[in-house]
Amino acid sequence: MSASVLYDAPGPKAVVRNRIYAVIGSVALLALVVVAIVRLSDKGDLAYGMWDIFNYSGIRQNIADAVLATLKAFGLAAVGSLVLGVALAVARMSDHKPVRWAATAFIELFRSIPLLITIYAVWVGFLTDYSMWALALGLSIYNGCVQAEVLRAGVNSVPKGQREAAYALGMSKTQVMTSVLMPQAVRAMLPTIISQLVVTLKDTSLGFIILYPELLQTARLIASNTQVNGQYPYVSTIVVIGTIYVAMCLVLSALATWIEKRGRRAKTGISMGAAAAPVTAAGPAAVMAAEGTIGADGTPGTTN
Amino acid sequence: MNVLLDHFAEFRDGFIGTVEITAVSSVIALVLGLLLAGFRVSPVPPLRFFGTAWVTLLRNTPLTLLFLVSFFVVPEIFFPGMSPFLLGSLALGFYTASFVCEAVRSGIGTVPLGQAEAARSIGMSFTQTLRLIVLPQATRTVIPPLSSIFIALTKNSAIAGAFSVTELFGWQKLMSEDGYDIVPVFIWVALGYLIVTFAISGLFRLLERRMEVAR
Repeated sequence: MSASVLYDAPGPKAVVRNRIYAVIGSVALLALVVVAIVRLSDKGDLAYGMWDIFNYSGIRQNIADAVLATLKAFGLAAVGSLVLGVALAVARMSDHKPVRWAATAFIELFRSIPLLITIYAVWVGFLTDYSMWALALGLSIYNGCVQAEVLRAGVNSVPKGQREAAYALGMSKTQVMTSVLMPQAVRAMLPTIISQLVVTLKDTSLGFIILYPELLQTARLIASNTQVNGQYPYVSTIVVIGTIYVAMCLVLSALATWIEKRGRRAKTGISMGAAAAPVTAAGPAAVMAAEGTIGADGTPGTTN
Repeated sequence: MNVLLDHFAEFRDGFIGTVEITAVSSVIALVLGLLLAGFRVSPVPPLRFFGTAWVTLLRNTPLTLLFLVSFFVVPEIFFPGMSPFLLGSLALGFYTASFVCEAVRSGIGTVPLGQAEAARSIGMSFTQTLRLIVLPQATRTVIPPLSSIFIALTKNSAIAGAFSVTELFGWQKLMSEDGYDIVPVFIWVALGYLIVTFAISGLFRLLERRMEVAR
């Protein structure tokens, strides 16, 4: 439903009023930007030297290395979380009670603990000398739990007849899962899965706590080690690094939206999860949104 | 067990810190999120643009980076010398506001078309339609996603601990640096967070039940 239902096509009076609001709004926003720029330049944060540091090949090399390190941790975490997600989802839907309980407990525990704490605990407890693996493992555990719930929602969204038909053909439980249910679940949930990968990518920045030299950690190092005119270039570094992060995440988000649009075109009768919704606050919201889009009546489901 | 008994005062402070920063940034997120949602559905293009830009930008930025912005850029522009607690709450609140905004906006989408049309046809303005007719009805659909968002906020507050705000993650870090075994420390911290998140989901379930209406 479009939001325009909330107001009529404006008449002459409303047009004038809206224009006044528009002008006031624009002026207020512009004023905010101007104040920010003036204050920043007063403090010397916009001085040429502050931004010139990104012309040094050393700093450029640092940033390139950091992007690579971030992508490396992200790649490992992406693969790890997907593998763990499938395993946990299957375990949670198992016919054996102990397996089901163990998987449920694991998922609930690690989903409700802050990722930062898990990463730190993994690092201190087991992988002190391997910060990349600690980061990747922590990310995999947390996002694996979320992906498992996404996949489970996907399997539940497959029409019941599919499973029944497969059993009627004499397929084994494993065959039903691997060749009938999972492919359809993955297809329905692909946008959500990719959106969760965006969250994973964002969360690689938590690597700073275990001193893994990813993008954010490098930004902090650059900013605190390069002094320009007796000042640390925090503002310029944050702007540059932030742009890189936003660009990376937007590319991945765009992929999710693209796949969602493509999925809408196909007429398989299985609804496609929304791409935009689950890029929510890292956590249960993703699953909730996924279940919500699948729910027959369109009302969001509940979690926890 | 020893870890907790030996350092109960610090643990309590950390727990209270987590609750405090969660509460303060929840309020910021809720108020700002509602305002942004209003912007995004309003008839005024610059405000719509602002809302959209805010949501797109903040949802695609790592929260840790926002903490950096809050601690190193904000004091350069406004309020120099603000306490880390407030700066952390600002970062958390601003980040979460974008999710609240999207939840509210999709909630507005679930209110039947006829409601807004009826409101308009009896001559209500945009603000009146939104405030008196649409938002009260949207509240009901928005409560479950909001519950998830605030649970996520609680978990995200751990990052504030890494920026020298007193809360549970800080306690974990302190204890492991003191040489305690990480496993019991982890379990106690986990328990602390579980208490907060269960309280939140319980509160929201209560709200949900109170606002239940046959539709």
